[in-house]
Amino acid sequence: MKITHIKKLLTVSGFILATCLMQNTAMAQQKNDPKFNKMMTDSFRAEGIAGLDRIQQDETQKFCSDPVFAGSKQGEKMREKIQKMNMDLIKQPSDGKYIGDWKKGESIAQSGRGATWTDKADAAVGGGCYNCHQIDSKEISYGNIGPSLTGYGKLRGYSPEVITYTWNRINNSKAYNACSNMPRFAHFKLLNEQQIQDVMALLLDPASPVNQ
Amino acid sequence: MQRNLTLGLASGLLVVLLTVSSSVLAQKSATDDIAKYREMIADGNPSELYEAAGEELWKKPAGPKNATLEQCDLGLGPGVVKGAAAQLPRYFKDTNKVQDLESRLMTCMQNLQGRDPQEMVDAPFQQGPKKDMEAIVAYVVTLSKGDKIKVSTNHPKEKEMYELGKRAFNFQGGPMDFSCASCHAENGKRIRLQDLPNLVEQKGAALGWGYWPAYRVSSGQFWTMQQRLNDCYRQQRFPFPIYGSDVTIALSMYMAKTANGGTVETPGLKR
Amino acid sequence: MADPMRVRATENGGIVDVKILMKHDMESGQRKDAAGKTIPAWFISTLNVKANGKDVLNGQFGPAVSKDPFLNFKYKGAKGDKIVVSWVDSKGDKRTDEATAS
Repeated sequence: MKITHIKKLLTVSGFILATCLMQNTAMAQQKNDPKFNKMMTDSFRAEGIAGLDRIQQDETQKFCSDPVFAGSKQGEKMREKIQKMNMDLIKQPSDGKYIGDWKKGESIAQSGRGATWTDKADAAVGGGCYNCHQIDSKEISYGNIGPSLTGYGKLRGYSPEVITYTWNRINNSKAYNACSNMPRFAHFKLLNEQQIQDVMALLLDPASPVNQ
Repeated sequence: MQRNLTLGLASGLLVVLLTVSSSVLAQKSATDDIAKYREMIADGNPSELYEAAGEELWKKPAGPKNATLEQCDLGLGPGVVKGAAAQLPRYFKDTNKVQDLESRLMTCMQNLQGRDPQEMVDAPFQQGPKKDMEAIVAYVVTLSKGDKIKVSTNHPKEKEMYELGKRAFNFQGGPMDFSCASCHAENGKRIRLQDLPNLVEQKGAALGWGYWPAYRVSSGQFWTMQQRLNDCYRQQRFPFPIYGSDVTIALSMYMAKTANGGTVETPGLKR
Repeated sequence: MADPMRVRATENGGIVDVKILMKHDMESGQRKDAAGKTIPAWFISTLNVKANGKDVLNGQFGPAVSKDPFLNFKYKGAKGDKIVVSWVDSKGDKRTDEATAS
Protein backbone atom coordinates (compact mmCIF):
# COMPACT_ATOMS: atom_id res chain seq x y z
CA MET A 1 0.00 0.00 0.00
CA LYS A 2 2.60 2.54 1.14
CA ILE A 3 4.90 1.70 -1.80
CA THR A 4 2.18 2.41 -4.36
CA HIS A 5 1.40 5.80 -2.83
CA ILE A 6 5.06 6.74 -2.76
CA LYS A 7 5.48 5.75 -6.40
CA LYS A 8 2.52 7.91 -7.42
CA LEU A 9 3.76 10.80 -5.30
CA LEU A 10 7.22 10.55 -6.80
CA THR A 11 5.85 10.42 -10.34
CA VAL A 12 3.61 13.42 -9.82
CA SER A 13 6.29 15.52 -8.10
CA GLY A 14 8.80 14.46 -10.73
CA PHE A 15 6.44 15.66 -13.42
CA ILE A 16 5.86 18.99 -11.64
CA LEU A 17 9.60 19.48 -11.19
CA ALA A 18 10.28 18.71 -14.83
CA THR A 19 7.65 21.19 -15.99
CA CYS A 20 9.02 23.89 -13.71
CA LEU A 21 12.53 23.33 -14.97
CA MET A 22 11.35 23.37 -18.58
CA GLN A 23 9.54 26.64 -18.06
CA ASN A 24 12.56 28.23 -16.43
CA THR A 25 15.16 27.12 -18.96
CA ALA A 26 13.01 27.80 -22.03
CA MET A 27 12.05 31.30 -21.13
CA ALA A 28 15.07 32.84 -19.43
CA GLN A 29 17.10 35.57 -21.09
CA GLN A 30 20.12 34.17 -22.92
CA LYS A 31 23.11 33.76 -20.66
CA ASN A 32 26.20 35.92 -20.81
CA ASP A 33 28.75 34.08 -22.99
CA PRO A 34 32.39 35.02 -22.32
CA LYS A 35 33.54 33.29 -25.51
CA PHE A 36 31.06 35.33 -27.56
CA ASN A 37 32.07 38.55 -25.80
CA LYS A 38 35.74 37.87 -26.53
CA MET A 39 34.95 37.19 -30.18
CA MET A 40 33.20 40.55 -30.47
CA THR A 41 35.96 42.59 -28.79
CA ASP A 42 38.69 40.81 -30.78
CA SER A 43 36.94 41.04 -34.14
CA PHE A 44 36.47 44.80 -34.37
CA ARG A 45 38.71 47.85 -34.41
CA ALA A 46 37.98 51.56 -34.20
CA GLU A 47 37.80 53.40 -37.52
CA GLY A 48 37.05 57.07 -38.15
CA ILE A 49 34.29 58.21 -35.82
CA ALA A 50 33.21 54.64 -35.06
CA GLY A 51 34.88 53.60 -31.83
CA LEU A 52 34.74 50.32 -29.94
CA ASP A 53 32.36 51.95 -27.46
CA ARG A 54 29.72 51.35 -30.13
CA ILE A 55 29.71 47.64 -29.32
CA GLN A 56 29.33 48.24 -25.58
CA GLN A 57 25.66 47.45 -25.36
CA ASP A 58 23.23 49.44 -23.24
CA GLU A 59 20.33 47.73 -21.48
CA THR A 60 17.94 48.16 -24.39
CA GLN A 61 20.37 46.70 -26.91
CA LYS A 62 21.27 43.78 -24.64
CA PHE A 63 17.61 42.94 -24.13
CA CYS A 64 16.70 43.18 -27.81
CA SER A 65 19.68 41.07 -28.89
CA ASP A 66 17.71 38.05 -27.64
CA PRO A 67 14.61 38.25 -29.83
CA VAL A 68 13.14 34.97 -28.52
CA PHE A 69 13.08 36.16 -24.92
CA ALA A 70 12.33 39.77 -25.83
CA GLY A 71 9.15 38.74 -27.64
CA SER A 72 8.03 36.12 -25.11
CA LYS A 73 5.41 36.27 -22.37
CA GLN A 74 8.17 36.06 -19.76
CA GLY A 75 9.89 39.03 -21.35
CA GLU A 76 6.85 41.29 -20.93
CA LYS A 77 7.95 42.76 -17.62
CA MET A 78 11.39 43.62 -19.00
CA ARG A 79 9.78 45.12 -22.13
CA GLU A 80 7.72 47.48 -20.00
CA LYS A 81 10.77 48.41 -17.95
CA ILE A 82 12.77 49.19 -21.11
CA GLN A 83 9.91 51.24 -22.54
CA LYS A 84 9.57 53.30 -19.38
CA MET A 85 13.33 53.80 -19.21
CA ASN A 86 13.38 55.14 -22.78
CA MET A 87 10.31 57.31 -22.23
CA ASP A 88 12.01 58.97 -19.24
CA LEU A 89 14.92 59.98 -21.49
CA ILE A 90 12.76 62.03 -23.86
CA LYS A 91 12.94 65.82 -23.64
CA GLN A 92 10.22 68.05 -25.08
CA PRO A 93 11.48 70.88 -27.37
CA SER A 94 13.44 73.54 -25.46
CA ASP A 95 11.65 76.38 -27.28
CA GLY A 96 8.23 74.74 -27.01
CA LYS A 97 8.00 74.58 -30.82
CA TYR A 98 6.96 71.25 -32.31
CA ILE A 99 6.49 72.10 -35.98
CA GLY A 100 9.37 73.38 -38.14
CA ASP A 101 9.87 73.57 -41.92
CA TRP A 102 8.48 70.64 -43.94
CA LYS A 103 10.72 71.35 -46.95
CA LYS A 104 13.77 70.86 -44.75
CA GLY A 105 12.02 67.86 -43.20
CA GLU A 106 11.74 66.24 -46.61
CA SER A 107 15.51 66.64 -47.20
CA ILE A 108 16.24 65.12 -43.81
CA ALA A 109 13.89 62.23 -44.56
CA GLN A 110 15.58 61.65 -47.93
CA SER A 111 19.13 61.59 -46.57
CA GLY A 112 20.47 58.29 -45.24
CA ARG A 113 23.94 59.68 -44.62
CA GLY A 114 26.09 60.15 -41.55
CA ALA A 115 27.47 58.40 -38.46
CA THR A 116 29.39 55.70 -40.37
CA TRP A 117 33.14 55.23 -40.12
CA THR A 118 33.61 56.97 -43.50
CA ASP A 119 31.74 60.07 -42.35
CA LYS A 120 33.44 63.08 -40.79
CA ALA A 121 32.45 64.01 -37.25
CA ASP A 122 30.82 67.24 -38.40
CA ALA A 123 28.93 65.70 -41.32
CA ALA A 124 25.16 66.20 -41.21
CA VAL A 125 23.30 63.08 -40.21
CA GLY A 126 20.13 62.33 -42.15
CA GLY A 127 17.00 60.69 -40.82
CA GLY A 128 17.03 57.96 -43.42
CA CYS A 129 13.24 57.89 -43.12
CA TYR A 130 12.52 56.79 -46.70
CA ASN A 131 14.74 53.76 -46.15
CA CYS A 132 11.91 52.25 -44.12
CA HIS A 133 8.79 54.35 -44.66
CA GLN A 134 6.55 55.63 -47.42
CA ILE A 135 6.07 59.36 -46.74
CA ASP A 136 5.31 61.76 -49.61
CA SER A 137 3.31 59.69 -52.11
CA LYS A 138 5.24 61.30 -54.97
CA GLU A 139 8.36 59.42 -53.84
CA ILE A 140 8.17 55.88 -55.17
CA SER A 141 11.55 54.78 -53.83
CA TYR A 142 10.57 53.90 -50.28
CA GLY A 143 11.06 50.95 -47.96
CA ASN A 144 8.54 48.87 -46.09
CA ILE A 145 10.31 48.02 -42.85
CA GLY A 146 8.12 50.59 -41.12
CA PRO A 147 4.46 51.52 -41.72
CA SER A 148 3.42 54.02 -44.39
CA LEU A 149 3.29 57.61 -43.14
CA THR A 150 1.43 58.98 -46.16
CA GLY A 151 -1.43 61.18 -44.97
CA TYR A 152 -0.01 61.10 -41.45
CA GLY A 153 -1.59 64.30 -40.12
CA LYS A 154 -4.66 64.10 -42.33
CA LEU A 155 -5.56 60.69 -40.90
CA ARG A 156 -4.75 61.33 -37.26
CA GLY A 157 -5.55 64.99 -36.85
CA TYR A 158 -3.36 67.67 -35.32
CA SER A 159 -4.28 67.45 -31.63
CA PRO A 160 -1.70 68.03 -28.87
CA GLU A 161 -1.81 64.32 -28.10
CA VAL A 162 -0.89 63.37 -31.67
CA ILE A 163 1.82 66.02 -31.74
CA THR A 164 3.38 64.89 -28.45
CA TYR A 165 3.15 61.21 -29.40
CA THR A 166 4.83 61.87 -32.76
CA TRP A 167 7.56 63.98 -31.14
CA ASN A 168 8.24 61.20 -28.64
CA ARG A 169 8.19 58.52 -31.30
CA ILE A 170 10.81 60.24 -33.45
CA ASN A 171 12.95 61.10 -30.42
CA ASN A 172 12.90 57.59 -29.00
CA SER A 173 10.75 54.95 -30.64
CA LYS A 174 11.60 52.43 -27.92
CA ALA A 175 9.51 54.37 -25.43
CA TYR A 176 6.50 52.72 -27.10
CA ASN A 177 7.98 49.48 -28.44
CA ALA A 178 10.98 48.10 -26.58
CA CYS A 179 12.53 46.46 -29.63
CA SER A 180 11.33 48.81 -32.34
CA ASN A 181 13.54 48.69 -35.44
CA MET A 182 13.62 52.49 -35.54
CA PRO A 183 16.78 54.26 -34.31
CA ARG A 184 16.55 56.46 -31.22
CA PHE A 185 17.24 59.71 -33.05
CA ALA A 186 17.48 62.09 -30.10
CA HIS A 187 18.98 59.67 -27.59
CA PHE A 188 22.01 59.02 -29.77
CA LYS A 189 22.14 62.64 -30.99
CA LEU A 190 21.62 61.59 -34.61
CA LEU A 191 19.15 64.39 -35.23
CA ASN A 192 19.08 67.64 -33.30
CA GLU A 193 15.98 69.47 -32.06
CA GLN A 194 15.70 71.67 -35.16
CA GLN A 195 15.91 68.66 -37.48
CA ILE A 196 13.24 66.79 -35.55
CA GLN A 197 10.98 69.87 -35.65
CA ASP A 198 11.42 69.86 -39.44
CA VAL A 199 10.58 66.16 -39.73
CA MET A 200 7.56 66.81 -37.51
CA ALA A 201 6.44 69.48 -40.00
CA LEU A 202 6.73 66.98 -42.85
CA LEU A 203 4.25 64.78 -41.02
CA LEU A 204 2.09 67.30 -39.18
CA ASP A 205 2.05 70.55 -41.14
CA PRO A 206 -1.35 70.64 -42.91
CA ALA A 207 0.46 72.28 -45.86
CA SER A 208 2.97 69.41 -46.16
CA PRO A 209 2.66 67.26 -49.31
CA VAL A 210 2.18 64.31 -46.94
CA ASN A 211 -1.20 65.71 -45.91
CA GLN A 212 -2.57 66.72 -49.32
CA MET B 1 -31.49 52.41 -70.42
CA GLN B 2 -30.54 49.81 -67.82
CA ARG B 3 -27.61 48.66 -69.96
CA ASN B 4 -26.29 52.25 -70.18
CA LEU B 5 -26.58 52.59 -66.42
CA THR B 6 -24.68 49.37 -65.85
CA LEU B 7 -22.08 50.42 -68.39
CA GLY B 8 -21.75 53.81 -66.72
CA LEU B 9 -21.38 52.24 -63.29
CA ALA B 10 -18.85 49.72 -64.55
CA SER B 11 -16.64 52.32 -66.24
CA GLY B 12 -16.97 54.60 -63.20
CA LEU B 13 -15.81 51.79 -60.94
CA LEU B 14 -12.96 51.03 -63.30
CA VAL B 15 -11.82 54.67 -63.22
CA VAL B 16 -11.97 54.75 -59.41
CA LEU B 17 -10.02 51.50 -59.14
CA LEU B 18 -7.39 52.76 -61.54
CA THR B 19 -6.85 56.08 -59.72
CA VAL B 20 -6.82 54.49 -56.27
CA SER B 21 -4.32 51.83 -57.28
CA SER B 22 -2.19 54.01 -59.56
CA SER B 23 0.37 54.76 -56.87
CA VAL B 24 0.48 51.09 -55.87
CA LEU B 25 0.86 50.13 -59.54
CA ALA B 26 3.59 52.73 -60.02
CA GLN B 27 5.40 51.25 -57.03
CA LYS B 28 5.00 47.66 -58.17
CA SER B 29 6.05 48.44 -61.74
CA ALA B 30 9.19 50.13 -60.42
CA THR B 31 10.31 46.93 -58.69
CA ASP B 32 9.21 44.84 -61.70
CA ASP B 33 11.17 47.05 -64.09
CA ILE B 34 14.23 46.80 -61.90
CA ALA B 35 13.88 43.01 -61.99
CA LYS B 36 13.64 43.17 -65.80
CA TYR B 37 16.74 45.38 -65.96
CA ARG B 38 18.62 42.90 -63.81
CA GLU B 39 17.65 40.09 -66.17
CA MET B 40 18.90 42.12 -69.11
CA ILE B 41 22.31 42.77 -67.60
CA ALA B 42 22.70 39.21 -66.31
CA ASP B 43 24.61 38.41 -69.49
CA GLY B 44 28.11 39.83 -69.64
CA ASN B 45 28.80 39.71 -65.91
CA PRO B 46 32.12 41.58 -65.42
CA SER B 47 32.94 38.99 -62.72
CA GLU B 48 34.22 36.91 -65.63
CA LEU B 49 37.07 39.37 -66.08
CA TYR B 50 38.06 38.89 -62.45
CA GLU B 51 37.72 35.13 -62.78
CA ALA B 52 40.07 35.08 -65.77
CA ALA B 53 42.63 37.14 -63.85
CA GLY B 54 42.17 34.90 -60.80
CA GLU B 55 42.85 31.72 -62.73
CA GLU B 56 46.14 33.22 -63.93
CA LEU B 57 47.10 34.20 -60.38
CA TRP B 58 46.31 30.70 -59.09
CA LYS B 59 48.88 29.29 -61.47
CA LYS B 60 51.47 32.07 -61.21
CA PRO B 61 54.46 31.70 -58.84
CA ALA B 62 54.44 34.45 -56.21
CA GLY B 63 55.79 35.47 -52.83
CA PRO B 64 59.21 34.87 -51.27
CA LYS B 65 58.87 31.11 -51.90
CA ASN B 66 58.09 31.77 -55.57
CA ALA B 67 55.35 29.12 -55.55
CA THR B 68 51.90 28.85 -57.14
CA LEU B 69 48.64 28.19 -55.25
CA GLU B 70 48.10 24.94 -57.12
CA GLN B 71 48.66 22.86 -53.97
CA CYS B 72 46.22 24.88 -51.88
CA ASP B 73 43.79 22.69 -49.93
CA LEU B 74 40.36 24.34 -49.81
CA GLY B 75 38.82 21.37 -48.02
CA LEU B 76 38.58 18.80 -50.80
CA GLY B 77 42.30 18.04 -51.02
CA PRO B 78 45.36 19.92 -52.28
CA GLY B 79 44.68 21.67 -55.57
CA VAL B 80 41.00 20.66 -55.77
CA VAL B 81 39.13 23.85 -56.64
CA LYS B 82 35.99 22.44 -58.25
CA GLY B 83 33.15 22.37 -55.73
CA ALA B 84 35.28 23.60 -52.82
CA ALA B 85 33.60 26.99 -52.25
CA ALA B 86 30.17 25.33 -51.89
CA GLN B 87 31.39 23.60 -48.72
CA LEU B 88 32.96 26.58 -47.01
CA PRO B 89 33.27 27.62 -44.22
CA ARG B 90 34.62 24.41 -42.70
CA TYR B 91 37.01 23.12 -40.06
CA PHE B 92 40.61 22.57 -41.14
CA LYS B 93 42.84 20.20 -39.20
CA ASP B 94 46.14 21.89 -40.09
CA THR B 95 45.09 25.28 -38.67
CA ASN B 96 42.71 23.74 -36.10
CA LYS B 97 40.04 26.28 -36.88
CA VAL B 98 36.97 26.97 -38.95
CA GLN B 99 37.87 29.04 -42.00
CA ASP B 100 35.97 30.79 -44.79
CA LEU B 101 37.31 31.04 -48.34
CA GLU B 102 39.32 34.20 -47.84
CA SER B 103 40.96 33.25 -44.56
CA ARG B 104 41.80 29.83 -46.05
CA LEU B 105 43.36 31.49 -49.11
CA MET B 106 45.44 33.64 -46.74
CA THR B 107 46.66 30.43 -45.09
CA CYS B 108 47.66 29.02 -48.48
CA MET B 109 49.38 32.25 -49.50
CA GLN B 110 51.31 32.18 -46.26
CA ASN B 111 52.26 28.49 -46.19
CA LEU B 112 52.83 27.86 -49.89
CA GLN B 113 54.07 31.26 -51.06
CA GLY B 114 55.52 32.77 -47.88
CA ARG B 115 53.31 35.86 -48.16
CA ASP B 116 52.57 37.87 -45.01
CA PRO B 117 48.88 37.55 -44.07
CA GLN B 118 48.99 40.83 -42.11
CA GLU B 119 49.66 42.71 -45.37
CA MET B 120 46.48 41.18 -46.79
CA VAL B 121 44.50 42.02 -43.64
CA ASP B 122 45.71 45.63 -43.58
CA ALA B 123 45.25 46.38 -47.30
CA PRO B 124 42.11 48.37 -48.16
CA PHE B 125 39.52 46.54 -50.25
CA GLN B 126 40.10 46.76 -54.02
CA GLN B 127 43.76 47.71 -53.53
CA GLY B 128 47.18 46.09 -53.39
CA PRO B 129 47.17 42.42 -52.31
CA LYS B 130 43.38 42.52 -51.92
CA LYS B 131 43.10 42.99 -55.68
CA ASP B 132 44.78 39.60 -56.11
CA MET B 133 42.49 38.10 -53.48
CA GLU B 134 39.35 39.38 -55.21
CA ALA B 135 40.41 37.86 -58.53
CA ILE B 136 41.31 34.50 -56.96
CA VAL B 137 38.01 34.44 -55.05
CA ALA B 138 36.14 35.07 -58.32
CA TYR B 139 37.97 32.14 -59.90
CA VAL B 140 37.35 29.75 -57.00
CA VAL B 141 33.64 30.52 -56.58
CA THR B 142 32.99 30.21 -60.32
CA LEU B 143 34.09 26.59 -60.03
CA SER B 144 31.28 25.93 -57.55
CA LYS B 145 28.58 27.62 -59.62
CA GLY B 146 25.53 25.41 -59.88
CA ASP B 147 26.54 23.18 -56.95
CA LYS B 148 24.42 22.75 -53.86
CA ILE B 149 25.43 24.72 -50.76
CA LYS B 150 26.65 22.03 -48.40
CA VAL B 151 28.35 23.09 -45.17
CA SER B 152 28.70 20.78 -42.21
CA THR B 153 28.37 21.48 -38.50
CA ASN B 154 29.51 17.98 -37.53
CA HIS B 155 32.82 19.05 -36.06
CA PRO B 156 32.35 20.65 -32.60
CA LYS B 157 34.21 23.78 -33.74
CA GLU B 158 31.91 24.09 -36.74
CA LYS B 159 28.87 23.79 -34.51
CA GLU B 160 30.32 26.35 -32.12
CA MET B 161 31.01 28.80 -34.97
CA TYR B 162 27.41 28.41 -36.13
CA GLU B 163 26.06 29.20 -32.64
CA LEU B 164 28.38 32.20 -32.28
CA GLY B 165 27.26 33.39 -35.69
CA LYS B 166 23.60 33.12 -34.74
CA ARG B 167 24.23 35.19 -31.63
CA ALA B 168 26.26 37.77 -33.58
CA PHE B 169 23.41 37.99 -36.11
CA ASN B 170 21.11 39.25 -33.35
CA PHE B 171 23.69 41.47 -31.62
CA GLN B 172 22.43 45.06 -31.50
CA GLY B 173 24.92 47.89 -31.30
CA GLY B 174 25.96 51.29 -32.54
CA PRO B 175 24.00 54.56 -32.35
CA MET B 176 21.17 53.13 -34.44
CA ASP B 177 20.69 49.91 -32.41
CA PHE B 178 21.12 47.85 -35.59
CA SER B 179 21.83 44.15 -35.74
CA CYS B 180 21.80 42.00 -38.87
CA ALA B 181 18.34 40.95 -37.74
CA SER B 182 17.09 44.56 -37.91
CA CYS B 183 16.93 44.19 -41.69
CA HIS B 184 17.37 40.53 -42.48
CA ALA B 185 14.98 38.61 -40.25
CA GLU B 186 11.62 39.11 -41.96
CA ASN B 187 10.09 38.13 -45.27
CA GLY B 188 9.02 40.69 -47.85
CA LYS B 189 11.05 43.60 -46.47
CA ARG B 190 13.05 46.13 -48.43
CA ILE B 191 15.15 49.27 -47.86
CA ARG B 192 14.01 51.85 -50.41
CA LEU B 193 13.59 49.59 -53.44
CA GLN B 194 16.28 47.09 -52.48
CA ASP B 195 14.78 43.75 -51.44
CA LEU B 196 16.24 42.25 -48.30
CA PRO B 197 16.65 38.47 -48.07
CA ASN B 198 15.39 36.89 -44.85
CA LEU B 199 18.63 35.25 -43.73
CA VAL B 200 16.99 33.36 -40.88
CA GLU B 201 15.19 31.01 -43.27
CA GLN B 202 16.65 28.63 -45.85
CA LYS B 203 15.15 30.32 -48.88
CA GLY B 204 16.33 33.80 -47.92
CA ALA B 205 19.71 32.59 -46.69
CA ALA B 206 20.29 30.91 -50.07
CA LEU B 207 19.47 34.22 -51.81
CA GLY B 208 22.04 35.98 -49.68
CA TRP B 209 24.80 33.42 -49.29
CA GLY B 210 24.34 31.96 -52.77
CA TYR B 211 24.72 35.22 -54.71
CA TRP B 212 27.76 36.82 -53.06
CA PRO B 213 30.64 37.31 -54.00
CA ALA B 214 29.33 39.46 -56.82
CA TYR B 215 30.14 42.28 -59.24
CA ARG B 216 28.43 45.36 -57.96
CA VAL B 217 27.40 47.59 -60.88
CA SER B 218 26.79 50.66 -58.68
CA SER B 219 30.42 50.66 -57.55
CA GLY B 220 31.92 48.97 -60.64
CA GLN B 221 33.71 46.55 -58.32
CA PHE B 222 33.83 42.86 -57.54
CA TRP B 223 32.96 42.40 -53.86
CA THR B 224 33.92 39.31 -51.91
CA MET B 225 31.81 38.12 -48.98
CA GLN B 226 34.25 39.75 -46.54
CA GLN B 227 33.73 43.09 -48.26
CA ARG B 228 29.96 42.62 -48.26
CA LEU B 229 29.97 41.92 -44.49
CA ASN B 230 32.34 44.82 -43.92
CA ASP B 231 30.03 47.26 -45.67
CA CYS B 232 27.00 45.89 -43.83
CA TYR B 233 28.69 46.70 -40.54
CA ARG B 234 29.58 50.17 -41.83
CA GLN B 235 25.91 50.81 -42.64
CA GLN B 236 24.98 49.46 -39.22
CA ARG B 237 27.22 52.23 -37.78
CA PHE B 238 29.41 49.63 -36.06
CA PRO B 239 33.19 49.86 -35.70
CA PHE B 240 35.34 48.18 -38.40
CA PRO B 241 35.27 44.36 -38.56
CA ILE B 242 38.81 43.12 -39.00
CA TYR B 243 39.39 41.23 -42.27
CA GLY B 244 38.97 37.49 -41.74
CA SER B 245 38.07 37.96 -38.05
CA ASP B 246 36.06 35.37 -36.16
CA VAL B 247 32.84 37.38 -36.24
CA THR B 248 32.93 37.40 -40.06
CA ILE B 249 33.56 33.65 -40.18
CA ALA B 250 30.87 32.96 -37.56
CA LEU B 251 28.29 34.97 -39.52
CA SER B 252 29.34 33.21 -42.72
CA MET B 253 28.90 29.85 -41.01
CA TYR B 254 25.46 30.83 -39.75
CA MET B 255 24.30 32.00 -43.17
CA ALA B 256 25.81 29.10 -45.10
CA LYS B 257 24.37 26.43 -42.82
CA THR B 258 20.96 28.08 -42.95
CA ALA B 259 21.25 28.16 -46.74
CA ASN B 260 22.19 24.47 -47.06
CA GLY B 261 20.46 22.80 -49.99
CA GLY B 262 20.31 26.05 -51.96
CA THR B 263 22.24 26.60 -55.19
CA VAL B 264 25.56 28.38 -55.51
CA GLU B 265 24.93 31.20 -58.00
CA THR B 266 28.23 32.99 -57.54
CA PRO B 267 29.76 35.08 -58.95
CA GLY B 268 26.63 37.20 -58.86
CA LEU B 269 25.72 40.51 -60.45
CA LYS B 270 24.23 43.15 -58.21
CA ARG B 271 22.95 46.70 -58.66
CA MET C 1 48.95 45.79 -73.09
CA ALA C 2 45.86 46.50 -70.99
CA ASP C 3 43.73 43.92 -69.15
CA PRO C 4 42.28 41.09 -71.28
CA MET C 5 38.76 41.11 -72.72
CA ARG C 6 36.37 38.17 -72.75
CA VAL C 7 35.20 37.47 -76.29
CA ARG C 8 32.58 34.85 -77.12
CA ALA C 9 30.99 34.15 -80.48
CA THR C 10 28.30 31.60 -81.31
CA GLU C 11 26.89 30.94 -84.76
CA ASN C 12 23.29 29.99 -85.44
CA GLY C 13 21.57 29.88 -88.83
CA GLY C 14 24.18 32.02 -90.55
CA ILE C 15 24.16 34.69 -87.83
CA VAL C 16 27.10 35.03 -85.44
CA ASP C 17 26.22 36.45 -81.98
CA VAL C 18 29.30 38.20 -80.56
CA LYS C 19 29.62 39.09 -76.84
CA ILE C 20 32.52 41.20 -75.66
CA LEU C 21 33.29 42.08 -72.04
CA MET C 22 35.99 44.76 -71.70
CA LYS C 23 37.94 45.70 -68.58
CA HIS C 24 38.27 49.48 -68.42
CA ASP C 25 37.60 52.18 -65.82
CA MET C 26 35.96 54.48 -68.39
CA GLU C 27 36.44 57.67 -66.39
CA SER C 28 34.25 60.43 -67.79
CA GLY C 29 36.43 63.20 -66.41
CA GLN C 30 33.46 64.63 -64.51
CA ARG C 31 33.94 62.77 -61.23
CA LYS C 32 35.81 64.11 -58.21
CA ASP C 33 37.77 62.06 -55.72
CA ALA C 34 37.41 62.14 -51.92
CA ALA C 35 39.77 65.15 -51.74
CA GLY C 36 37.68 67.11 -54.25
CA LYS C 37 40.10 66.81 -57.17
CA THR C 38 38.69 65.96 -60.60
CA ILE C 39 39.60 62.42 -61.70
CA PRO C 40 41.09 62.78 -65.20
CA ALA C 41 39.14 61.39 -68.14
CA TRP C 42 40.30 58.00 -69.39
CA PHE C 43 38.12 55.93 -71.67
CA ILE C 44 38.09 53.64 -74.70
CA SER C 45 37.89 55.86 -77.79
CA THR C 46 37.61 53.40 -80.66
CA LEU C 47 36.73 49.75 -81.01
CA ASN C 48 37.19 47.57 -84.05
CA VAL C 49 35.95 44.03 -84.70
CA LYS C 50 37.13 42.00 -87.66
CA ALA C 51 35.85 38.64 -88.83
CA ASN C 52 38.32 36.81 -91.03
CA GLY C 53 40.17 40.07 -91.60
CA LYS C 54 37.10 42.03 -92.68
CA ASP C 55 35.55 44.83 -90.55
CA VAL C 56 32.20 43.81 -89.08
CA LEU C 57 31.94 46.58 -86.47
CA ASN C 58 33.55 49.93 -85.83
CA GLY C 59 32.67 51.80 -82.69
CA GLN C 60 33.43 55.26 -81.39
CA PHE C 61 33.13 54.99 -77.64
CA GLY C 62 33.47 57.91 -75.28
CA PRO C 63 32.86 59.11 -71.74
CA ALA C 64 29.16 58.20 -71.95
CA VAL C 65 30.00 54.49 -71.90
CA SER C 66 30.21 53.10 -68.38
CA LYS C 67 32.86 51.05 -66.63
CA ASP C 68 33.72 47.52 -67.79
CA PRO C 69 31.67 47.82 -71.01
CA PHE C 70 29.69 44.89 -72.34
CA LEU C 71 29.01 44.87 -76.07
CA ASN C 72 26.73 42.42 -77.84
CA PHE C 73 26.07 42.45 -81.60
CA LYS C 74 25.28 40.11 -84.49
CA TYR C 75 26.67 39.83 -88.00
CA LYS C 76 26.21 37.47 -90.95
CA GLY C 77 28.91 34.83 -90.67
CA ALA C 78 29.85 31.16 -90.25
CA LYS C 79 31.24 28.73 -87.71
CA GLY C 80 34.99 28.92 -87.52
CA ASP C 81 35.14 32.64 -88.27
CA LYS C 82 38.26 34.17 -86.72
CA ILE C 83 37.09 37.18 -84.72
CA VAL C 84 39.60 39.82 -83.64
CA VAL C 85 38.56 42.63 -81.27
CA SER C 86 40.80 45.68 -80.73
CA TRP C 87 40.36 48.90 -78.83
CA VAL C 88 42.41 52.06 -78.33
CA ASP C 89 41.84 54.39 -75.39
CA SER C 90 42.26 58.11 -74.75
CA LYS C 91 45.76 57.59 -73.33
CA GLY C 92 46.83 55.57 -76.36
CA ASP C 93 46.70 52.25 -74.50
CA LYS C 94 45.60 49.29 -76.62
CA ARG C 95 44.14 45.80 -76.27
CA THR C 96 43.46 43.03 -78.79
CA ASP C 97 41.82 39.66 -78.14
CA GLU C 98 40.54 36.88 -80.38
CA ALA C 99 37.90 34.19 -80.49
CA THR C 100 36.59 31.64 -82.94
CA ALA C 101 32.89 31.48 -83.75
CA SER C 102 31.60 28.13 -82.51
